[in-house]
Amino acid sequence: MLEFTTTRHNPQVDPVLSVWNWEIPLYLFVGGIVAGLMILGGIAMLRMARGDDTRGYFSLHAPLAAFMLLNVGMVALLLDLAHKLYVWAVYLTFQPTSPMSWGSWVLLIVYPLLMASALIRLPEAWPWLARTVPAIKRWSDALLGRPERIRLLAWLNIVLGVALGIYTGILLSTMVARPLWNVSILGPLFLVSGLSAGAALLHLMSVLLPPKRPAPQGMIGGALGALVQPLGPQAPEKSAANWLIRADVGLLAVELLMLGLLLVGLLTATASHAAAFDLLMSGRFAIAFWGVLIVLGILVPLLLQALELGHRIAHTIVPAALVLVGGYTLRWLMVNAGQVSGIVSTAAR
Amino acid sequence: MARFGMVIDTRKCVGCMDCVVACQTENDVPLGHARDWIATVVRGEFPSLSMEIRSERCNHCDNPPCVHCCPTGASHVSGLGGIVKVTANRCIGCKACLAACPYGARFVHPKGYADKCTFCDHRVKEGKDPACVSVCPTHCMHFGDLDDPQSTVATLLRTSRWHTLLPEAGTRPRVYFLT
Repeated sequence: MLEFTTTRHNPQVDPVLSVWNWEIPLYLFVGGIVAGLMILGGIAMLRMARGDDTRGYFSLHAPLAAFMLLNVGMVALLLDLAHKLYVWAVYLTFQPTSPMSWGSWVLLIVYPLLMASALIRLPEAWPWLARTVPAIKRWSDALLGRPERIRLLAWLNIVLGVALGIYTGILLSTMVARPLWNVSILGPLFLVSGLSAGAALLHLMSVLLPPKRPAPQGMIGGALGALVQPLGPQAPEKSAANWLIRADVGLLAVELLMLGLLLVGLLTATASHAAAFDLLMSGRFAIAFWGVLIVLGILVPLLLQALELGHRIAHTIVPAALVLVGGYTLRWLMVNAGQVSGIVSTAAR
Repeated sequence: MARFGMVIDTRKCVGCMDCVVACQTENDVPLGHARDWIATVVRGEFPSLSMEIRSERCNHCDNPPCVHCCPTGASHVSGLGGIVKVTANRCIGCKACLAACPYGARFVHPKGYADKCTFCDHRVKEGKDPACVSVCPTHCMHFGDLDDPQSTVATLLRTSRWHTLLPEAGTRPRVYFLT
């Protein structure tokens, strides 16, 4: 028998760690989508630079949506901070051993990059802006006519997108105290999940875009139109949406494989990791893991999208919406179950 | 440079919590929070039971995960004997250090920054022992320079059986428990 009692009862620490609530899972989810959108947007920009307008279709919407979402993520992050007024301290230093420090600086580069990427085609979609701020039109023209500059921006999007996506996983995985997080596959897993959620979001946007209506001209109407309307009077061609679905099928399959490897890795590692494995497999997080993440978030959309591509069922937004649900559930699960997981010791305790 | 550490004799500790109260008073620890606490471990089957009572706190690890993960450098290893400290006006309250500590030694101060044991470095600077050590009625706690072979702590570690908490975490804790 081993009985352990303690007089400590610090809030958010005892009986189990609960320092991060909904803000950090939301931030990790949104950050993952932004990373996915940057990579997909970068690919679309490369197509655009080649003059392939069908596949380059998302070169405006991906960075624009990413920019909007990043703001949501930043607000969530700020809400989580307990010492908010000192947030500037992050940018007084660079701490090479801290993933959070890396992430803060990466985000500082991602912001202007997303803005620059969105501005390439924004005057086209939001004429009011081009009229009111001629500098933006000049900036856009300077890029639109120069494929090599668009290619450079595209590659910056892809490289920084990969960095951002992996960072959201590494943020957790460097902590030895939390066995569920302390696995090297978490970075790639979050990257793939972010890509899949990004593709799902673009797919949702392309379906929900009101087709064949002239773009609104005004300040507010034009801004909203730029985000939710197709460029010009044409809705995206079917091949553009199919490109996203095909990508998502592959990404979901890879994500499933990585989750399998994560579980095998946990089960075959130390007793602490095995206890973390139990948390997901049969513990209090099992329903969220099996029911919501694996079945609803991965298997069902994988099946539906495969059937859609095989022309066996009609295209709907259901799989894309489920992928987003799965994406958030993955972050929620990892953050919450990870805080419960701890080092299992039979010797000293 | 000195390398401060603590040696606590669990065979003498009765769990009176004097150390806890001394710390709360000395460091104005906010109500409902604790920088040090008493852990009791009972092992075995009745009637052959053994009990270990430990006064626990931040281990001021030689390889501190809380310092490595801090994005601002607020968590740092101080020049005074390698004591692990938090600079409140550099801390953003991200709580990464709370998640990174395998011992749960940190908490968020109601003012928003991460807080924990400082080995009473303000007393150590004056050549005094930390408050918890100085009040212990059974004299089971010892504080000093682990690198100085003449110090009480180094001598005790050479001549007694000891263990640290969660050595498998690789944090190299500097609070030792004599058993």
